[in-house]
Amino acid sequence: MIRIQSEALATEPVLATLESDAPAVGAVCSFTGLARDLGDQSGVQSLFLEHYPGMTEAAIQAVVDEAAQRWNIHRTEVVHRVGEIQAGERIVFVGVSSRHRQDAFEACQFIMDYLKTRAPFWKKEITADGHGEWVEQKTSDREAAQRWSESDGL
Amino acid sequence: MAESSIAIRFFASLRERLGTGEERLPAEGIACVRDLREQLRQRSDEWAELLSDDWVLTAVNQTMAREETPVNPGDEVAFFPPVTGG
Repeated sequence: MIRIQSEALATEPVLATLESDAPAVGAVCSFTGLARDLGDQSGVQSLFLEHYPGMTEAAIQAVVDEAAQRWNIHRTEVVHRVGEIQAGERIVFVGVSSRHRQDAFEACQFIMDYLKTRAPFWKKEITADGHGEWVEQKTSDREAAQRWSESDGL
Repeated sequence: MAESSIAIRFFASLRERLGTGEERLPAEGIACVRDLREQLRQRSDEWAELLSDDWVLTAVNQTMAREETPVNPGDEVAFFPPVTGG
């Protein structure tokens, strides 16, 4: 399930959903991304997340579908916040359940790496004085996603 | 009217700097993304710079597109900066 929401992100119910398939699954791996106070600027008080309704969901679904082709995964839950997010709050959650941990670990990382480079979200950092700056895409994020295609020789 | 025009959308820093989030343009003379982009770049030096090829990403009907991707009347074309979610 893929959800884009402006309200606070509660991880417990999503983890409970992932664990509800036990004992058919033996592993749940998840990643939670938090809003830091230090990004391209220091003293970041909040973030503003913009997205492209419709395309964002479809782009994440395409990444999840690709992960399901590569690994034996049972269920995937992706939640991403949009709008205003205070420093310290959760921005994104990716959780994968599988029979075995290796599939869950790798699929979770793959989905997160590709989400960062393929899903249309844009982040603006806002400092205490109200100054906002759009965040630039990081080379390290592009490289993290590229790793997965190189490892396959694609 | 809707069938003879193209819906255009701009996001994030591009939306702010161009001062518009969406508009419609007549589809006449526009066969692909490149045609539309070139037409928009004629507007001013700022539009020309902001819509320069190496920076801006494009989607046609919410799917990532290239310069040669066809654009038809009724399509939605979006221009946006590299993505920074997660």
